[in-house]
Amino acid sequence: MLTVTAEPEILTAERGTSLWKDAWFRLRKNHGAILGLCVFCGITLICLFGPFFTGYTYEYTQLSLKASAPLEPIILRTETRANTEPKKDYLSLTSLDGEFIEKSASERDAITKSIASGTPYQEGKMSYQLSSQKHLFGTDPLGRDLLTRVLVGGRISLAVGFAATLVSVLIGVVWGAIAGFAGGKTDDVMMRFADFLYALPFTVIVILLMVLFGKNFVLLFVAIGCVEWLNMARIVRGQIISLKHREFVEAAISLGLPNYRILFRHLIPNVMSSIIIYATLTVPNVMLLEALLSFLGLGVQPPLSSWGVLIDEGARTMQTSLWLLIFPGLFFSLALFSLNFLGDGLRDALDPKSSKD
Amino acid sequence: MALLSVDDLRVYFYTRAGVVRAVDGVSFALNPGETLGIVGESGSGKSVTCYSLLGLIPQPPGKIVSGSARLGKIDLLKCAREQLRRVQGKRVSIIFQDPMTSLNPYLRISDQLVEPLQVHDKMTRSAALKRAITSLEEVGIQDAGRRINLYPHQFSGGMRQRVMIAMALIGHPEILIADEPTTALDVTVQAQILELIKQRQRHLGLAVIFITHDLGVVASFCKRVNVMYAGRIVEAGYTEEIFRHPMHPYNASLQHSIPALHQKGQPLFTIPGMPPDLTQEIKACPFAPRCSYVVDRCRETEVVLKESARAHQTACLRYQNGEIQLNGGNAEPAIAGSGTEN
Repeated sequence: MLTVTAEPEILTAERGTSLWKDAWFRLRKNHGAILGLCVFCGITLICLFGPFFTGYTYEYTQLSLKASAPLEPIILRTETRANTEPKKDYLSLTSLDGEFIEKSASERDAITKSIASGTPYQEGKMSYQLSSQKHLFGTDPLGRDLLTRVLVGGRISLAVGFAATLVSVLIGVVWGAIAGFAGGKTDDVMMRFADFLYALPFTVIVILLMVLFGKNFVLLFVAIGCVEWLNMARIVRGQIISLKHREFVEAAISLGLPNYRILFRHLIPNVMSSIIIYATLTVPNVMLLEALLSFLGLGVQPPLSSWGVLIDEGARTMQTSLWLLIFPGLFFSLALFSLNFLGDGLRDALDPKSSKD
Repeated sequence: MALLSVDDLRVYFYTRAGVVRAVDGVSFALNPGETLGIVGESGSGKSVTCYSLLGLIPQPPGKIVSGSARLGKIDLLKCAREQLRRVQGKRVSIIFQDPMTSLNPYLRISDQLVEPLQVHDKMTRSAALKRAITSLEEVGIQDAGRRINLYPHQFSGGMRQRVMIAMALIGHPEILIADEPTTALDVTVQAQILELIKQRQRHLGLAVIFITHDLGVVASFCKRVNVMYAGRIVEAGYTEEIFRHPMHPYNASLQHSIPALHQKGQPLFTIPGMPPDLTQEIKACPFAPRCSYVVDRCRETEVVLKESARAHQTACLRYQNGEIQLNGGNAEPAIAGSGTEN
């Protein structure tokens, strides 16, 4: 009477599948989310390791090579001088035009073409030849390699995205969980404080923080994190309130477990899915904020760049050199899209009840 | 000497609709090793009575207005949070109605079972784990060493209730509060769980407070019974007395409402009317509006629980005065029954 007959399907699982594993199985079936995950990981890896292989540093300036288009042939100009070493310069094909200003248009065209096809050309002290230098994404108005700058900028944007999200998650989860669990007056005071912060205009807070602590790169993480935690706190608080009268929590209380243990061992793991989903959707938000701040000149300071800075620079010169806007914009939007797809997929996977089908 | 004595317990909930007097002057005693049943319909204050003993009343809106619950030298209702925490799970444990929701879905069974041992007895994890496996075996879960690593959703309802019992008893408490432990289970599993609780009780010398609205279960399981109505005890006594010689019209009507197998084709008896609105203060007999023996005096006079026969108390004014006789309806099958009444 007292023994339970063994159920074979239970015994097949040695350690048991956790709900996390179940969620992972569901996520794997979501092609959009997996594609998002792959694209995002790809972008992250390229940004992390790419700059070592581009052959340029993000701050290496070639003033003579301003705003060359992607893959435009680069011309090496050598000026032979008496007594000293010959002076070498790199020029873009378009600026080569200006070198022969005294010649007629058709002559200039012919010379340019012959140089571009690989035939060296000499005139007076100057000699011109096609160089092996390549800029896949072209260069910016200061002659810096755009590919390197986009990748290095990506590092910054992603770092800001993750670090600020981490800060916001840490503050938000602890704040919201304590408020929700304590309830009553503690809850009121804590959430009114959050409301108060919410009512302050975001940019003003960040500007204030920047003024107080100086324009510091690390501070940007903290500043954005400090502002972004409000939503997280609200979400976590709401979830904790809905969970704290559930029977398993009462069971934990009735076993005499201390509050911190109930909160951090029993309640927060149950909220973790919401936290993860919201955090995934916070990363792109934070990256947008960083772009906004950089756009306003409050964020990353030159010569460092971020996607926001690059887009800002690109937008200023979009009429003449569109690639300066397109490449950072492309990377930025790809990263945001993939994160959003991943976030949506995670929501469906971790909270199957909320999905439409 | 009573192990636990509850005296004049009043738990009120201060809601927007008014003050709900969920428990209004409940007194009872629990002796070591005995089984005390608390029966009553939904909202009669059975669960609130027991939750207040373990500090599970959400405050606010709830408030323990008066009363004491003495467990040895400790008053569970007034002692400090820390002191109560040392009692919870160590001296008094509870198992809940729905085993599907009373285990944390994100933690392995092992993690949940070792927690009280780690907290109360400061045991190491490996020692606690050994004890947890033993306790799972004691509640009849085979292959416990392996199953302890599973998650709650991999257990059936009956097995989860076994796990809950193991968890409640792992600290060897003196009192087990069972809050409708079989209501959410199907009939065959119900009988197994009841048998298990009985067996653990004999083994550990536990006192059990058994909350249920199932008279059949009470009849087969409890030594003494408190019948609750509208937040107060209206009749208390030994189980057999409660069934053979009801002393309160509510108890008598309850027993008439049990469907009997030998009376086919007749409409089932129901108690007319509705339970009273607990936001209204009730001074007189709360059952008066539904009682078929009611006289004007019942609606005006304050009633108290009084002993009317040996160890048998009633809160019925007219019974106390010897004005009415009640019979136990068809209680016989219930007493002999196997506890499978629904």
